[in-house]
Amino acid sequence: MSNVIEVDHLNFSFGSGALTQPVLKDVTISLEEGEIVLITGPSGSGKTTFLTIIGGLRQALHGSVKVLGHQFINSNEQIKVKTRQQIGYIFQQHNLLKSLTALQNVCMTLEINTTMTEQQRYDRAAEMLIAVGLSDRLNYKPDQLYGGQRQRVSIARALVGQPKIILADEPTASLDKQSGYEAVSLVKRLAKESQTTILLVTHDYRILDIADRVVELEDGMIK
Amino acid sequence: MNRFGWLYFPARLAWRQLVFDRTKLVAAICGVLFACVLVFMQLGFKDTLYASAASAPLKLDGDLFLMHKQSEAMWRPIQFKRSELMRVLGNPAVAEAYPLYLGLAPLKNIQTQAKRTLMVYGFDPDSLIFNVDSARNRHVELRLKDTVLFDEYSRPEFGPVRQLLEAGRNMTEINDYKVTIIGLFQLGVSFAADGNVITSDLNFMRIFPRRNLDDIDMGMIRLNPGASVEHVQAELKSHLNEFVNVFTYEELLRHEKDYWANTAPIGFIFGFGTVMGWVVGLVIVYQILFTDIANHRNEFATLKAMGYEQGYFVRVVFASASFLAVLGFIPGYLLSLGLYNLAESQMYMPMPMLISKVITVFMFILSMCFMAGLLAIRKLKDADPADMF
Repeated sequence: MSNVIEVDHLNFSFGSGALTQPVLKDVTISLEEGEIVLITGPSGSGKTTFLTIIGGLRQALHGSVKVLGHQFINSNEQIKVKTRQQIGYIFQQHNLLKSLTALQNVCMTLEINTTMTEQQRYDRAAEMLIAVGLSDRLNYKPDQLYGGQRQRVSIARALVGQPKIILADEPTASLDKQSGYEAVSLVKRLAKESQTTILLVTHDYRILDIADRVVELEDGMIK
Repeated sequence: MNRFGWLYFPARLAWRQLVFDRTKLVAAICGVLFACVLVFMQLGFKDTLYASAASAPLKLDGDLFLMHKQSEAMWRPIQFKRSELMRVLGNPAVAEAYPLYLGLAPLKNIQTQAKRTLMVYGFDPDSLIFNVDSARNRHVELRLKDTVLFDEYSRPEFGPVRQLLEAGRNMTEINDYKVTIIGLFQLGVSFAADGNVITSDLNFMRIFPRRNLDDIDMGMIRLNPGASVEHVQAELKSHLNEFVNVFTYEELLRHEKDYWANTAPIGFIFGFGTVMGWVVGLVIVYQILFTDIANHRNEFATLKAMGYEQGYFVRVVFASASFLAVLGFIPGYLLSLGLYNLAESQMYMPMPMLISKVITVFMFILSMCFMAGLLAIRKLKDADPADMF
């Protein structure tokens, strides 16, 4: 099986000169297709920074980061934008667009790069929302939904474009135990069906059992 | 993304975000509306000013006009010698030359006895200088002593002259000199004069006892049929003393307009007001777009993380700006339409809402909103997903 994510001797630091603050030190890790990997560690260990580099949101300069075959170190914005479109992102906060309904929010993923008609997009988005159990909430705005429902909309949004990779940053942080577990199980179930790789950052020990592999990060190093 | 979606999707997002927060949308529309009305009114006043400034020369029926070089405008003329005008008769292309005497003098309201200044035009009645039928038809009666024609479009402060005439009350005073109003004509008020009266050159001298027939304010020249105006103008310029201007009809109109536009600071004031309206509107729209981006920072960063490119957000901002321009312009136009009517009824000057002005103001508002968008997109830099998550 091929590696979807390959990270080799990645070093990353904030600031410059005397104020340089190393965040990631010599990180090497690779993820296979369909693998579910959890990264845990105390806060400030560099988990989220690592995730933003994989997601092409932060430019790293040293080492090698290959995502879906694209080298991210010293790459241009265009390549990263293209790669981002094949990544589903689930955020700590739900980060839904307040002015849009659940259905319109999910459609935002499909509007980036598609030849679908409006109707096809709506059908796909509705299917996805039904799959996450929100069939009766399609036209609700985020303000009218509960925390767990919002997170499920954002899961639908991340998955609807059939991404190769899902990056999730503390997806359970704003949820209670029950809905948090339900949310990640949902991601796992839907992702497994389509062989999607999941990289999940969390320090929620209640959800460790969904992972194929757990990696612990401390002070920017993999233990 | 196909070409349709390139603009449609960001525009739709912009629209949805705008209508989501009604309160802010209304505030934004009010800002644009304010700028719109301000610009409409300033341009309206300016156009009225120019149009009224040219209302009297517009009715003068001549091919060439002589004016002293120091005459800034018709309402404040410098006199020159009648003999200077008569020299033009030496040119074979010139058919007729007539002097025009101009003066500002108070006219007594027949009812209230209150005095108010108006413009008095004096000329040989048979010269038919004014191309106004009601004035031309009365030229024989105008030859009589102490007779005048009153401009029906003068401000109402001079009294309901038409009704008074019908009631037989036609005696009044101009410059404390008794005259008889024998009829009405139609010209219109300007920024310089609240009303107009025409009379014969001889009566003019009676109304203004210090004036004499040899010192004229303007000269009007008619050419023989077939003569080239430009050609004769050039000839006259080289023959006459250098202290007179020889204007064609169009040049005279422009001379009057230019006085208000440049010499009198009024044109500048309205121009300045227009620019201020633009700037105030710009600041309001900029503020709204700016806080809008700040409020949606998180959402934009999310979309960026999902793979939307920077250009998409720029289009969202410009779409918002365009929507605001249109939404503010429509009520702004309607309100201005009402205000134009109100202003017309107060100023007694025509203030037409011309289609060209509507287009000009819309372009003005659109450019204002685009400029605001241009300034606001710098704020998009802040929507950096790496800093937010």
